[in-house]
Amino acid sequence: MNPELVGRVFPATTPYLVGREKVREFARAVFATNPVNLDVDAARAAGYADIVAPPTFAVVVQEQTLAQLLAEPDAGIDFSRVVHGEQRFSFTRPIVAGDLLTAQLSVASVKTLAGNSMVTALSTITDVDGQHVVTASSTLVVRGDA
Amino acid sequence: MTAADTGAGALTDPAVLTVGDVVAGGTFPITRDSLVRYAGASGDFNAIHYRDDVAAAVGLPGVLAHGMLTMGLAVQPVIDWLGDPGRVLDYQVRFTRPVVVDPVEGAELIVAATVGKITPEADAVAATADAPATPAVPGTARIDLTVTYNGDTVLGKAQVVIALAGR
Repeated sequence: MNPELVGRVFPATTPYLVGREKVREFARAVFATNPVNLDVDAARAAGYADIVAPPTFAVVVQEQTLAQLLAEPDAGIDFSRVVHGEQRFSFTRPIVAGDLLTAQLSVASVKTLAGNSMVTALSTITDVDGQHVVTASSTLVVRGDA
Repeated sequence: MTAADTGAGALTDPAVLTVGDVVAGGTFPITRDSLVRYAGASGDFNAIHYRDDVAAAVGLPGVLAHGMLTMGLAVQPVIDWLGDPGRVLDYQVRFTRPVVVDPVEGAELIVAATVGKITPEADAVAATADAPATPAVPGTARIDLTVTYNGDTVLGKAQVVIALAGR
């Protein structure tokens, strides 16, 4: 993997409109049962504009940025050898149906350990007002030849 | 919104919560259907999550659950306990062991959520001659998740930081 990736900032993604039914579909897929994730009236009663996405829904928005990283011509990342090592989400507020979100990737670190390469990429997700919503951080491990 | 509105305020009162308390948990039966459903919902269509032949070709012991499915479901008992997904401030995991999902038997994931650390609310302090000002800090707790499959843990450093009061 190319160590010069560190510090590289990628172009912001095309805005992602968070659909209510997409949130419901994702919520069901991760076994969410809380009414705030599924029922508009319950979400509004709890003070939200619409149903609230489960915390890991942010990966759907982040995914566009990881695709940018893997497609970077000089990154030297062989997708068939990539294993997801670590994942983190740090929230300013939860994602809510109706949000229009933009993600921007930056590469925080590239390391080599025991023949494997590891890249940690931060995707900063902001709303239509430019306010921070969540930062998604992924560490991808690229297995060596051994 | 206040903590009382969520109906879970008493449970997360730092005066009541103690490090080591098991606050939530659950058992999740994962099947191949679950993996297909998650693939569609998330957009992760890596074939190792639904095709035995592809999994075998890359040297895996079988079709694996998406790590992000495990991460996604493991936090649900905490959200049900809090009553509000908006009180999750930070959530991190390491993927340490794959979850092989048998086509017939599926796989059962068992989640336990334990209080790992409590950081009480602190008021803002004005600057003095001896010390700079410090901002107010909302109360938080770190909830540690243990997720096991066939008796082995599958996530490491699985930590959820929650707000002790509602937003």
